[in-house]
Formats: sequence, C-alpha cells, structure tokens
Amino acid sequence: MSEIFFHITAAVYLLATIVYSTYLFIRKDRLLGIAQAIIIAGFTFHTATIALRWIAAGRTPATSFHESLTLFAWIMVALFLMLVVKYKQRVLGAFVAPFALLLIITASLLPAEIVPLSPVLESYWLPVHVMLAFLGNAFFALAFFLGVMYVIQDKYLKSRKLKGLYFVLPSLETLDELNYKCLQYGFPLLTAAIITGAIWSEYALGSYWEWKHRQVWSLITWFLYAALLHGRLTAGWRGRKAAILSGVAFITLISSFIIINIVSGGAHGLSK
Amino acid sequence: MNLVIVGLNHKTSPIEIREKLSFPSHSIGDPLKKLTNHYGLNEGVILSTCNRVEVLAITSELEKGTWQIKRFLSDFHSIPLEKLDEHLYVHQGEEAVKHLFRVAAGLDSMVLGEPQILGQVKDSYGYAVEHNTAGIIVNKLYHKAFQVSKRVRTETKIGESAVSISFAAVELARKIFGELAGKTCMLVGAGEMAELAARHLQSNGVREILVANRTYEKAVELVKCFCGTAIMFREFPHYLKNVDIVIASTGSPNFIIKPDQIHEVMKERRHKPMFFIDISVPRNVDPLVNNIDNCYVYDVDDLQGVVVANLQERHKEAEEAEQIIIEEIDKFYRWIKSLDVVPTIIALRQECDSIRKAELAKALPALQSLGPKEQKVLEAMTTAIVNKILHHPVTHLKKEANRIEGDLYIDTIRKLFDLSIDEEAVRKAAQSNDD
Repeated sequence: MSEIFFHITAAVYLLATIVYSTYLFIRKDRLLGIAQAIIIAGFTFHTATIALRWIAAGRTPATSFHESLTLFAWIMVALFLMLVVKYKQRVLGAFVAPFALLLIITASLLPAEIVPLSPVLESYWLPVHVMLAFLGNAFFALAFFLGVMYVIQDKYLKSRKLKGLYFVLPSLETLDELNYKCLQYGFPLLTAAIITGAIWSEYALGSYWEWKHRQVWSLITWFLYAALLHGRLTAGWRGRKAAILSGVAFITLISSFIIINIVSGGAHGLSK
Repeated sequence: MNLVIVGLNHKTSPIEIREKLSFPSHSIGDPLKKLTNHYGLNEGVILSTCNRVEVLAITSELEKGTWQIKRFLSDFHSIPLEKLDEHLYVHQGEEAVKHLFRVAAGLDSMVLGEPQILGQVKDSYGYAVEHNTAGIIVNKLYHKAFQVSKRVRTETKIGESAVSISFAAVELARKIFGELAGKTCMLVGAGEMAELAARHLQSNGVREILVANRTYEKAVELVKCFCGTAIMFREFPHYLKNVDIVIASTGSPNFIIKPDQIHEVMKERRHKPMFFIDISVPRNVDPLVNNIDNCYVYDVDDLQGVVVANLQERHKEAEEAEQIIIEEIDKFYRWIKSLDVVPTIIALRQECDSIRKAELAKALPALQSLGPKEQKVLEAMTTAIVNKILHHPVTHLKKEANRIEGDLYIDTIRKLFDLSIDEEAVRKAAQSNDD
C-alpha cells in the first residue's frame, strides 16, 4: 500500500512541477493556485506513504537512503506549505516541487525494502535526531531556493531589462529577509541535530564522537552556516553575496548527504 | 434588442475631427434630449472624452437608427456627413454590447487598461439618467458594463504594471525594497519629473524626503509641499548613507554621483540596497555605480524600457480580459432573453387562471347543494388541472429561452394563447433579475 502511495506521490509532484513551470512561463495567477492545490494533494499522498511505512517498519522511516530521501522531501514540502501560509510567497513552490520530485525519483531508484535496524541503535534518539536534522536541512533547502530567486531577480534589476520571471518573483528585500529567517531557524536545528546525534552515539556505541564521514561532514556544514550567519550579523553580508553563500553551503550539505549515504550505504550506515 | 453605437476614437480620427465632435459635459442635456426627441431613438447615451466621442442608442430599427445617429452628429456639430463618415465606426447588436464592455474595461484605450475611462463611462451614463434618456435596457447594459470592468480589473493584472516613467520608478523601488514604508528618499535637483516621482513614492509610504538644490530657496519651497527637509546642495553626499532612493535631476554636465563615493557610502550603510533614479540628461549618476553590489541605477532610457516591458505584459493580460468579456456578453444575452420569457410565463398563468376562475364562478350557482368543504375541493382540483397542464409548456419555455430559437417559442406561445404583455410585468421581471 505504501508503495502505491509512493508512486502516486511521484506522479502528483510531477504534475505540480509541470503546472508550476507553465506558470513561470505564461505567468497566469490562476495557474499558481492550481499548482498549489496539486502540491497539497501530492503532500497528502506523501503523508500517507510515510505513515504506512512508519507503521510497517515500527520505527522512524529514516534508516535507508530510500527512506531518508522520502522523509526529507516530506518535511521540506510541509515546511514550504507552512511558509506559504505565513509569508504568502506562493511562487517558492516552483522550486520546491521539482526538488521534491527529484528527491522522490532518486528514492524510487534505490532499494525500498524495509531493513531491520540493529538493536543497539533502537532508541528514542532516532526520531528526535532525524527530525531535527531534516527540519534544519529543509530550512536550508528553502534558504537555497530563496537565494536562487534572489540572484535571478537581482540579475534582472541590474540588467535593467525586465521580463519573464521579474514579474513573478518577490522583491529583493522580501527574498533576503526570508533567506535570513530560514538560516536563523535552520542553524539551531542543525546544532541540536549534531548534539542529539552525539548523545545517541554515546548511548548506542559508547562514544560521543568518532570522526566518521557523517560527523566530519556535518561539522563542515555547521561551520559554513555558522560563518554565513556570523557574516550577516556582524559584517553586514546580505543580498547577492549572502544568497550565493547560502547556495554554496546547501550544495555542500546535499553532496555530503549523498556521499555519506553512498559510502556507508543507508543513512549513516545504520542498517549494517 | 436593437442597440447601436456610432462614434470615433483616437484610432479612426485625428484630433482635429475629435475636438469638433466633442460634447462638453456642462451642456450635455440638450444633445441628449435632441437625440431621443427629434431623431426617434428610444434611449440614448453620449460619451465624450478627449480620445473618443460615441453615441449609444436603442432603436426600433437598426439601420434606420444608425442613420439617425449619424445625422444627429452631423447636424448638431454642423459638419457635413460626407466629411464625417469616413472616421465613424458603427457597432450594432452584440457587437455594440462587446464594444461598450471593452471601452469600459479600458481595452479600447490608447494606454491599454487605463482606469480613467471607466469613470468617464460612468459619467456619461449618469448624464443619461439625469436627463431621462436611459431606459430599462440602457440601465441594465451599463450596470453590466461596470460589473465587467470590475471583473476584468480583479481577475487580470491589466491595470497593475506601471505605464508612466514616474510610476515605473515606484514599481521598481517596490521590487527592490518590498515595502516602501520607512524608507528615505533624496531629490538631488528639483525638476518637475523628480517632484512627480517623489510624490508617487510618498503616497506609497516613503517616510522622509530630503531635497538638495543648487538654489537653496527652491529646495525650501519644494519641501513645503512634501513636509520634507531641505539641505544645502554641497552637503548632499553626507546624507547619502541614510538615503535609500536617490532621484537625480540636476542640470550638471558631469556625473555628480560616482562609484568611489558610493563604495564608501555602502560600507557605512552596511550594504543596504540603494536605488538611483537618474532622470537628468546628461546623466548625473555614473552608470558604473550599477556594478556595485546592492546598487541599482536607472536612467531615463531604462525607465522607458520598463514602461515598454510593462505595456507588453498588459497586452498579455488583455487576452484574458477579452475572454471575460465574451463570457459576460453571453450572460447578458441570456438575461435579455429571459426578460422576454418571464413576462410571457406570467401572462400565460394569468390567462389560464382567469379562465378557470370565470368558469368556476359560472358553475358554482348551479351546484347549490355543495357545502363549503366540497366547494374547496372543487377549487383545489381546478387549480391542480391548470397547473398540471401548464407544467410542461412552462418548463420547456424556460429552457428554450436560452437557446438561439428561443424567441420563436416565446412568440408561438404568445400567439397561440393571444397573450398581451404589459410593460409593468416586464419591469418587475427585470428588477427581480437584477443582481
């Protein structure tokens, strides 16, 4: 059943991506509303997929690469929907939808069977750590999209040739503020995720820190985001520069996520 | 419905002709009365703006009515019709409804989607009401036109993007700063264009306006109408660090705002964005300033380019607006048709009911033996018979009225039952239909 919902989710996100892209192209507000309704429908199926998987596995579905990608995509879409309610920047969906689709498609190419988790790792720290990490990363993903939008809008305004996306993208100030907000939420979450990860490691493996791939990479990402936030706070980094840096940080984050999962097979190699 | 519009606009005629044909609003009563009294037109509205003169009328015969309007225009302004005719356009029936809707929505305007025309159409209708030349059809038609115009404005973005240079500047400022509330603007040089742009910025929330002018007195004078602050011209660079929007319009032959200077300013203001609107020729702001991060420089040509881009965007929206108008014409015609069918149904019911009552009145004296209870049964039974007989014809009539051959059904029913439709019933039906 979870499998069927998974495929429906992919199909609906594909449809949402198509409608969002059409919107960017012909810029009819009605399409934006339709696209949003579609992504909400997709999110509903996505929720069902994860709920069923959670019940079937009897634990947080985040122990294989397949599960992690699916769960992360879900959290990101959820966060996007909350952001739309609060800040009304619906056009952000045009970036969220294709990215969610990409994550789901990648997940569908990976082995989907439920693998048993080694008993030492069974712990309440699993859902706590995973949720903190994914929520933090979802904020960073949105910060990245907002950064991309900023760079595009800035390019239009600098070139003084206004066309296409200029008409649908929000103002520079709005984009910059939201980008900053996402970092402000994402960073403490990432920090908390690293700390809970360490505690969990202590409980399960008997040591807080082992300098494994995942730990080194998360530390690198943490430093990147720390530097970015510091620059914004003290050196007045903002606008294009901050947008590009949040892009660099996110690309590092996503590559480390992929590298870790390929190197260790499964989320942090927990299933082995 | 025999509706005719005869008129001319900026596309069909030069200003020399339009000015001769215009009707001043203070004396519009006279031509309106002449139109309906001397030229045999049932209802009439005259729209006269600087870009168009149009006469809309309801007539009993389309071709004759058209000819009469032309004659009226020619007679009233004493211009021979031969000279006038080549500039006139004629819209009849559905075409005329469409034309009126398009005009009211600003789709026929020189600047596509401009909002003033709606006010002018409203005024023209107001004059017709005032001088009793607007009847039931004109009333409904104009109310519908206002409704359509509103729908076009809310459902498309036709009126959204700026199509004048000073508005374009405001719009750009919004795309850079989001909300303009709390922002500071500085006028360097106090030209008329700069003043206009500053006014727009202020009405959009800009909090503080500084004015620097070579003649300090002029700055002081200008500041009065803005509630702003006048500063000495040579001191303006010191204020830049607190200014978000700079409008430059001095007569200086050289750049007065240069990249080196702005580099320093940007550091001081922690790289908060700055928007330079350079409406002076020769330019006052070095274009290289645009290369500094978070600085945006627009000169007159750039702003003109923005206006052109916005106009193109409006044309895209206009397609959607045309679609809305087609839908609304359809709705309007359905209403016009129902105007015929509703009184027909009322008359049909009244006719049958009066027959029933008459026959019952004749029969009852012969049925003395019946008690009041039995009489009631008889009353109910005859009513039921009439209702049942009429049920199918009425249902079909209502349904067919919206189709093309609807008139045929209505006409047949009227002839078969010899129905006469009284004006009062039509008026009532129109009111109950009026949403």
